Amino acid sequence: MSTLLVLPVGLALAWCLARLQWRAKALLETVVTLPLVLPPVVTGLALLKLFGGRGPIGRWLHEVFGWDVIFTWRAVVIALGVMSLPLLVWAGRTAFEEVDRAYEQTARTLGAGEWRIFFTITLPLARRGICGGTLLAFARALGEFGATIMVAGNIPGQTTTLSVAIYQYVQLGEDAHAWVLAALSAMIAFAAVLVASRYLARRQKR
Amino acid sequence: MSLDLSASFVKRFAGGPQIQAEDLRTSGPGSISVLFGASGSGKTTVLRCLAGLERPEEGNIVFGDETWFDLRAQRFLPPQKRGIGFVPQDYALFPHLSVAHNVGYGLSWINKAERQRRVKETMRWLGLDGLGNRHPAELSGGQKQRVALARALICRPRLLLLDEPLSALDGPTRLRLRGDLRHLLKQLGIPTLLVTHERTEALALGDQLVVMDGGRMVQRGPVHEVFSRPANLAVASIVAIETVQPGRVLESGEGLVKIQVGQRSLVSLNPPMATSSDVYVCIRAEDVILIKGPASRTSSRNCLSAKVNRLTSEGPVVRIDLDCGFPLAALLTKQACEELALRPGEDVTALIKAPQIHLIER
Repeated sequence: MSTLLVLPVGLALAWCLARLQWRAKALLETVVTLPLVLPPVVTGLALLKLFGGRGPIGRWLHEVFGWDVIFTWRAVVIALGVMSLPLLVWAGRTAFEEVDRAYEQTARTLGAGEWRIFFTITLPLARRGICGGTLLAFARALGEFGATIMVAGNIPGQTTTLSVAIYQYVQLGEDAHAWVLAALSAMIAFAAVLVASRYLARRQKR
Repeated sequence: MSLDLSASFVKRFAGGPQIQAEDLRTSGPGSISVLFGASGSGKTTVLRCLAGLERPEEGNIVFGDETWFDLRAQRFLPPQKRGIGFVPQDYALFPHLSVAHNVGYGLSWINKAERQRRVKETMRWLGLDGLGNRHPAELSGGQKQRVALARALICRPRLLLLDEPLSALDGPTRLRLRGDLRHLLKQLGIPTLLVTHERTEALALGDQLVVMDGGRMVQRGPVHEVFSRPANLAVASIVAIETVQPGRVLESGEGLVKIQVGQRSLVSLNPPMATSSDVYVCIRAEDVILIKGPASRTSSRNCLSAKVNRLTSEGPVVRIDLDCGFPLAALLTKQACEELALRPGEDVTALIKAPQIHLIER
């Protein structure tokens, strides 16, 4: 779910980084990339402060929507989103940059507006890179541990992710349960890679 | 009413060259204007500014009574609204779309049935029947070119801009399509502006020629005139006049100018020039006639005895480098060359008519 949510945001950011020239570009690039290089626990701590009841974003969300973030499922989604965003943005950016501008410019002379060009020319031509990026982002989300445990804790049935649950079972000595979940996560990962590679292979033939 | 383009602008690149278009015009329906120059002379930039893909730093672009760009009025019409057909170099066919979808791309605003009808009609007109489901990668060079033209023409543009329309094709196809393309452009009845660096293409396709050099428009006029009567030495070298020799005016009068080149003297049909002024003499190789033995009776004012230095085959023609006191190049068909049985070292007579000797002041 967090992968789905992060997709439009990531693509928009990737497009901005690939196609626009602006002053804050380097700054945005750095901020987006940070979660990739920082230890996940540090990212989690930053999110905890930002989205906490007294953090700037957390307070705003609470006042306007009445949403509490920390230690709810929303925290899980945000943590996974932030952690997987850089992978998607980087892959997407490279994919967009590889699309020859001549196509977009020619479409412009044919009367197509910028949105239509994005959805009919740029996005389809960058498709492969974006699929790869999405897969990486999904994989990252599946294995994410550090940031999640910081902001979402581990409330059974609400904020327990697969990775966190496996860790917990091992800690409790319930290896059998841990193995079941490990197998489950392996199956999900396997299915995702299979679907993605088949999709790419089919497109490649055309 | 005939709609024509009229543009004067300057496009600057940061730390790079400056491209200047001075009073560039098209000349009515069906006219073909050629921007000619070496690569890097700014031809493509001019075309892209006209298409709205680049924004000039100065000047204005007017089409009919519409202003496309005007710096002072802060007006810039985006490419979508200019109603042009633009065919970029290498065509930029959308690789992920079928030929039919490529051709119909510019018609998204009309309903599907009507769109399909027009796609079909345009494809038939350009001889692309039955290729609708192919992808661009499955087309030959010539087919790609026609798909790109179809895609541009289906929108019924008011001005057609072509960037090196033939350069992506292989040799034989290029020759064949050159004639087709001119015929097609003449049928369309809209002004066309095309960019090329090939002399033969400019000659075969164009009516009007604008020579560009180093970002400036250095000469313009009817194609044949510019090619045979370059205004200065730079243009003479761009249009690749084979023989350019320094000379000196001996005397002039009655429309004829007598020039000394090396030890020889030549007569040129030219407005009077000051005696003993320095000039360059330009002679196109195809204007040089060769005969064996001495000239008996001829209308040519210039008969030069010469020695054959070298023969170079250039496809259907042979270039002959001669020495007649100064180096002179002639161009003969292969057949003519065989009939004369020319060999290096042989003596011949070169005939050049006075109107075909063009003079440039030094």
